[in-house]
Amino acid sequence: MKLFSRLVHPYVVWISIFVLAPMLLIVLYATTTSGNGTLTLQFTADNFIRFFSDELFINVLINSLEIAVITTLICIAIGYPAAYFISKMNAKQGAILILLITLPMLINMLVRTNAWIGILSDNGVINNVLGFFGFEEVKMMYTRFAVILGMVYNFVPFMILQIHASLSKMDKSLVEASNDLGANRMQTFLKITLPLSMPGVISGITLVFLPAVSSFFIPKLLGGGSELLIGNLIETYFITTGDWNFGSAISLIMAIIIMFSMYLTKKVDKGGRD
Amino acid sequence: MKSKLNLRKVYLTILMLFFYLPILYMIIFSFNSSKSLTKFTGFSLEWYESLFTNSTMIEAIYYTIIIAVIATVVSTIVGTLACIGLSKSRKILKRFVEQVNQLPILNPEIVTAIGLMLFFASLNIEKGFLTLLLSHIVFCIPYVMLSVAPRIRKLDPNLLDAAMDLGASPSYALVKVIVPQLMPGIIAGALIAFTMSFDDFVISYFVTGNGVNNISIMVYTMSKRVNPTINALSTLIVVTIAMVMFVYYIFDKKSKVEKK
Repeated sequence: MKLFSRLVHPYVVWISIFVLAPMLLIVLYATTTSGNGTLTLQFTADNFIRFFSDELFINVLINSLEIAVITTLICIAIGYPAAYFISKMNAKQGAILILLITLPMLINMLVRTNAWIGILSDNGVINNVLGFFGFEEVKMMYTRFAVILGMVYNFVPFMILQIHASLSKMDKSLVEASNDLGANRMQTFLKITLPLSMPGVISGITLVFLPAVSSFFIPKLLGGGSELLIGNLIETYFITTGDWNFGSAISLIMAIIIMFSMYLTKKVDKGGRD
Repeated sequence: MKSKLNLRKVYLTILMLFFYLPILYMIIFSFNSSKSLTKFTGFSLEWYESLFTNSTMIEAIYYTIIIAVIATVVSTIVGTLACIGLSKSRKILKRFVEQVNQLPILNPEIVTAIGLMLFFASLNIEKGFLTLLLSHIVFCIPYVMLSVAPRIRKLDPNLLDAAMDLGASPSYALVKVIVPQLMPGIIAGALIAFTMSFDDFVISYFVTGNGVNNISIMVYTMSKRVNPTINALSTLIVVTIAMVMFVYYIFDKKSKVEKK
């Protein structure tokens, strides 16, 4: 079948050009000075030194990680019970609920994020309801709360679907066995269900943390200028100021941090199960 | 037991409200007669009218659809062929493709986006329709391959030999024997590719130029000012998706009944 193996060759060329080369270009830009010709490359570590010696950039980095971690934790807190309840339902009802959770994901994220603006704004729905009951107006738009809410709204379906997938794959007889052997429901949950659903939680974390830490339109639409995240920083250096070298360095730092945290998550997961 | 059941219902109901109230809100305010996003002043179709008279908007819808269609067709064909080829190729090549394929999936979108932007810039390719289309094909193919690959693994390896023993040429065997077996995976891959392309914002935002915009970029640039036209556009998208899903659901049910 040597004939068919040739079918993949054009694709190998394709990914080398369109996937590998761009990644290498980011590294190249990040490690060179600006205004270089192709022949007179000047390598430098200045872009990285600039990032780590400026308090502003460090704060943006910490802020992004903080928001991403909070978002991920909230998604687990909301998503786990939801997935658990759905897995306890009969198959037909469960399937309908999963469909209902999947549907909004098909709608453009920007469109869904945009829908929150009218709800959260100072004279928006929530404040109108609060005002009706005599409460004071709460400022929600352009706050950290709005940014996290927007992220949870967009990303929690990923968490629910992942956890639900691992819960529904679980062998139900294990739970029965545990009950028969005299474990109470809490014990069964902690010793059987929770550990078996961990792979789902881990892939859910990946699917939430990754877009949350690099997101730039959610903080922009709902946070205004109040929450500057690392994605916004990258956008600014590429679109507004045009300093591609520094922008590349920031993206590289972000990519490395993300890879490292993914590695840690997997490690913790494995350690926990051993 | 009764109270437990209610807790579950209440929780899931609140969750569904959380998911759907913003969408409902958006739909309602797309019919608002004033510009306000917070006070409903009366019913009107004003924003739908301005949507269809706004030429940049129509253009964005056009580009979104045309790019999604071309990217889907190309990435489905290339992805499927690459997948078939990959299953017959050497281990090193297999590993290489699998690893590189992971890059656009595991990397944050913004990294893929600026990589492509730098790439096009260093080749002096002007940003516009071509760069947008190429980028969409780039990030769609790995998803097609992800959904075709499991089907290939389930394929009977003797199938191809049988077809060729019976006198089929390799290309005939490919089209008439292999591809039909992979069809469910290919269709699922094409659907994923289409929605990925249709909804993409981050990558499109960095690689497009020359006034070629898609719907997401329009929403992003317009949302800086209060503009209910976005609500009208979003409502149309939601209704379209709901209709497609409904048709798909009916179709799916019918085919299942027939199979029984």
